[in-house]
Amino acid sequence: MATEAHAAEGATGYIIHHLTSLHVGEGFWALHLDTLFFSAVLGGLFVWFFKSAAEKATAGVPGLVQSFAEMLIEFVDTQVKDSFHGHSKLIAPLALTIFCWVFLWNFMDLFPVDILPLIGSLMGIDYLRVVPSTDLNATFAMSISVFFLIIFYSIKIKGVWGFTKELTLQPFGIWLLPFNLLLKLVEEFAKPISLALRLFGNLYAGELIFILIALLPWYIQPVLSFPWAIFHILIITLQAFIFMVLTIVYLSMAHEDH
Amino acid sequence: MSINATLIGQMITFALLVWFTMKYIWPPLFDSLEERRKKIAEGLAAAEKGQEEMQLAEKKAKNVLKEAKQQSSEIVSLAQKRANEIVEESKEAAKKEGDRLVLAARAQVEQEMQQAKEGLRQEVAALALVAAEQILGAEIDQAKHQDIINNVSNQLG
Repeated sequence: MATEAHAAEGATGYIIHHLTSLHVGEGFWALHLDTLFFSAVLGGLFVWFFKSAAEKATAGVPGLVQSFAEMLIEFVDTQVKDSFHGHSKLIAPLALTIFCWVFLWNFMDLFPVDILPLIGSLMGIDYLRVVPSTDLNATFAMSISVFFLIIFYSIKIKGVWGFTKELTLQPFGIWLLPFNLLLKLVEEFAKPISLALRLFGNLYAGELIFILIALLPWYIQPVLSFPWAIFHILIITLQAFIFMVLTIVYLSMAHEDH
Repeated sequence: MSINATLIGQMITFALLVWFTMKYIWPPLFDSLEERRKKIAEGLAAAEKGQEEMQLAEKKAKNVLKEAKQQSSEIVSLAQKRANEIVEESKEAAKKEGDRLVLAARAQVEQEMQQAKEGLRQEVAALALVAAEQILGAEIDQAKHQDIINNVSNQLG
């Protein structure tokens, strides 16, 4: 289907079309409506599911919804307890939100690449990118939020002076202060950048491969896209898990006084 | 592909989601988990305690049963003893009563025999008298021969 529909533009046109966001505005103030829309819908799905589980939460025999929610809660709680030894009301819910939200973002990748854009085009929407995690804005929004939290907790736990000392006096002592600062700044900024780029890169590459498979003749497509989709089930879960665990680790590092 | 204002929108959504999760999702679910954990622990402890109590009660019941058995066997042996005594006593009484009855019967028999003898004697005497009258062909004066009659009748006795 894909090849016929975009025959005029060719394969390059088809790929570019798929990688263009539905946007309004220009320059920095442009908004990717598809990313905002799908991540909001998926966030709503996440909140709706857990809220309905939480409303009926009982210490007695749990229902199916509650069991599933509790399974995730317990899973996240175990991860938090494993790496974070302080006491925080924020970290566990934050980790749960990250894990579920990123997983749902990534899950959009398992929809056939053409189906949602096709529905969109029938409704008069020309461009549609359905996987929010293939948009750098989405992944960076999350990792920068985490970065702010890292800075916030570092200052809150260690104090401005303590945090400054950590940035300037380690690892080589006071005589190499500028060098220390440079190292530390790189270390700190590497956190959000690596978080965002890792998730983006994995999903972007995965999406691109799905698009490339869609360019092949129809009788080859299932042979390739089926195993890739199965492999992708692992990738999307793993990436959500990695984002969550690294967030917990970074925040627990921010809580630890050296 | 560029970074733009979408980033800010996504950050706001993210913040809202985290806030909502922190406020309305995590606490009730986590609390219910904790509560269930506590309940299960309590239930297990109670079960263990119950088992212990059951064992104790079993022991106690065994003791009570043993005591009851002992008591009942004591009571049975006492009752047997008492029954034997009663049987002995009644045997004794029966024997006495029997003896008394035998004695009374004997006395009566003796008396009746005596009476019968007396009657017989008189009848025999009368018969003898009649016989003698006929043999002698003469009238015997009753008054005159009273001595003889008496004598005969005494001999008959």
